[in-house]
Amino acid sequence: MKLAYPKDGKFGEFGGRFIPETLVPAVEELEEAYLRFKDDKEFRQELDYYLREYAGRPTPLYFAKNLTEFVGGARIYLKREDLLHGGAHKINNTLGQGLLAKRMKKKRIIAETGAGQHGVATAMACSALGLQSEVYMGYKDTQRQRLNVFRMKLLGTKVHPVKGGTQTLKDAINEAIRDWITNVNTTYYLLGSAVGPHPYPVMVRDFQAVIGDEILSQMKELKNKSPDSVVACVGGGSNAIGTFYPLVDEDTTMFGVEAGGEGIKTEHHSATLSSGSKGILHGMLTYLLQDKHGQIKDTHSIAAGLDYPGVGPEHSYFKDSKRVKYDTVSDGDAVHAFLALSKYEGIIPALESSHAVAYAIKLAKKMSKSETIVVTLSGRGDKDVEVVEKYMSENVKNSR
Amino acid sequence: MSRIRDKFSELKSRNEKALIAYAMAGYPNDKETVSIVQSLVKGGADIIEIGLPFSDPLADGPVIQSASFHSLQKGMNPERFLNIVKKIRSKTDVPLVLMTYANLLYSRGYDKFISTVKKAGIDGIILPDMAIEEADQYLDVIRKNNMDAIFLISPNTSEERIRRIAKASTGFVYLVSTYGTTGGTQQKFQQYTHDAIKNAKKILEEKIPLGVGFGVNNADQARSILQTGADAIIVASAFLRLIAETPKAKIQGKITSFAKSLKKATILE
Repeated sequence: MKLAYPKDGKFGEFGGRFIPETLVPAVEELEEAYLRFKDDKEFRQELDYYLREYAGRPTPLYFAKNLTEFVGGARIYLKREDLLHGGAHKINNTLGQGLLAKRMKKKRIIAETGAGQHGVATAMACSALGLQSEVYMGYKDTQRQRLNVFRMKLLGTKVHPVKGGTQTLKDAINEAIRDWITNVNTTYYLLGSAVGPHPYPVMVRDFQAVIGDEILSQMKELKNKSPDSVVACVGGGSNAIGTFYPLVDEDTTMFGVEAGGEGIKTEHHSATLSSGSKGILHGMLTYLLQDKHGQIKDTHSIAAGLDYPGVGPEHSYFKDSKRVKYDTVSDGDAVHAFLALSKYEGIIPALESSHAVAYAIKLAKKMSKSETIVVTLSGRGDKDVEVVEKYMSENVKNSR
Repeated sequence: MSRIRDKFSELKSRNEKALIAYAMAGYPNDKETVSIVQSLVKGGADIIEIGLPFSDPLADGPVIQSASFHSLQKGMNPERFLNIVKKIRSKTDVPLVLMTYANLLYSRGYDKFISTVKKAGIDGIILPDMAIEEADQYLDVIRKNNMDAIFLISPNTSEERIRRIAKASTGFVYLVSTYGTTGGTQQKFQQYTHDAIKNAKKILEEKIPLGVGFGVNNADQARSILQTGADAIIVASAFLRLIAETPKAKIQGKITSFAKSLKKATILE
């Protein structure tokens, strides 16, 4: 089931490389560099150094005692990626790719961002590693994540608001790809999720697998066994694939939680795996939210980082092979979990991660007190307080 | 057998090169798309490339993006596209090449999509995001339907890859002139574009024609790349820009006269 380096980037029928010809030499060059350095001792040492000294790894596996007692079921552990520098798991990948870009002698870095977390993590890694970065961000996302836009600017990054299409993550990726096509000889595209043409899905997963590796060793130290269940949120799916991949051959039940938005029977959600169909977007074959003609649909989630109509191809593979169960959590339930974790544990989770927390709360109730659930807390929620405040005031109004 | 191949041989016998002109289905509306194609043909377009818009056209610049958006907003879909094609086919025998993105074919099923557009009168297909490695299934269906698969090459495509792509291509090979998306507004191409044309011609020899597109927007520029060795010029965004800028009543006349000026560049002296 574990596909360490699938041939042609194919996870079963998913993945591959559906790209304009101009980008072919660029992804081939990238693949060659990645294969050359991924197991290179000096590269690993340098990456480990930055992960430890700069990003703050390893992150704790925190037993959420109060939440566990409140729920009254399985023991809930939080994998604290929110404590990383920048406040999200994204830095694991940007440091890895940043170091790779340096070895490839690329000085100009471009990236896309949804919630802004990958943009911030790119800006930080580039600043630390002496690289120039520019970030594409959907205009709608720049409005709802203003704090992150300012953070990126502080960190020396140029932010390009994208006004085409739905003005969210998918359009930011389109625009970053267009920039890459135009500046292909000088520019490194630092993709933030486990999506896109081969080798990105494999490479991003490998850089994020540090999450699952640590969960496994920390849980073995605590309980002398792998966790009974793990839960992670899935937008493009990088924190989830980093959580799942090292546990694929373990006796662990795995859950990927998508954004159910206002409900998957409505048009307002981002539940690609739960209600999508197979298609081709952003260089990969994967599940997509599309209409019957193959046009990509508008998506919605209260969490900008989950607001994406595609998903990493390895998740599509895990869905069809049933290794991971994918389910959804609505905007409302995510907000409740956001509030619950803040109140019971003093930890404000990102709205993206709140989807995983909400699911874990439901799951824990159905499990015995001796069992364990690990929730990947992919990011912290400081960026989301405005959105939550607005959501709460609107919903109080509506219920009156 | 192939309208596209026949057209290239016919032009060769007249000592001409080809003007391939683009219209976007549903831009500015379905009915006018048919008239625009007629005006292009009247102006001398030898082959028509007709775009079926996709929500995420990542190889396209702002002009085609905005026309795609407009057309989709007005409800363009494969059924309406087929009606437009059938109407065009009832009026002219010009070779018709469909340009769209892989997902529209994949999501419907290659078999179903390709046999339907063939029946409506499409002769060949261009998919800018269909890399040759992923194309086996697509190519099988194209061959089965006796259609032409037109693949793209780029100035940075290796010789080995150009050979591989040429082998899979029928109709013509599409060279992307520049690093960038469609709709470039440069007045002249840089030297690397000319080098890429020479290089591609050396590899393709006379086995399959070479068309050059992306940023071809005026007759002088067209003439210079044809002189370097290209067999066809492909002009898309420049026509859409003209449509956007011109008052409705004058669109057809302007299109014909712009096509004429480009066609003139393809006639060798």
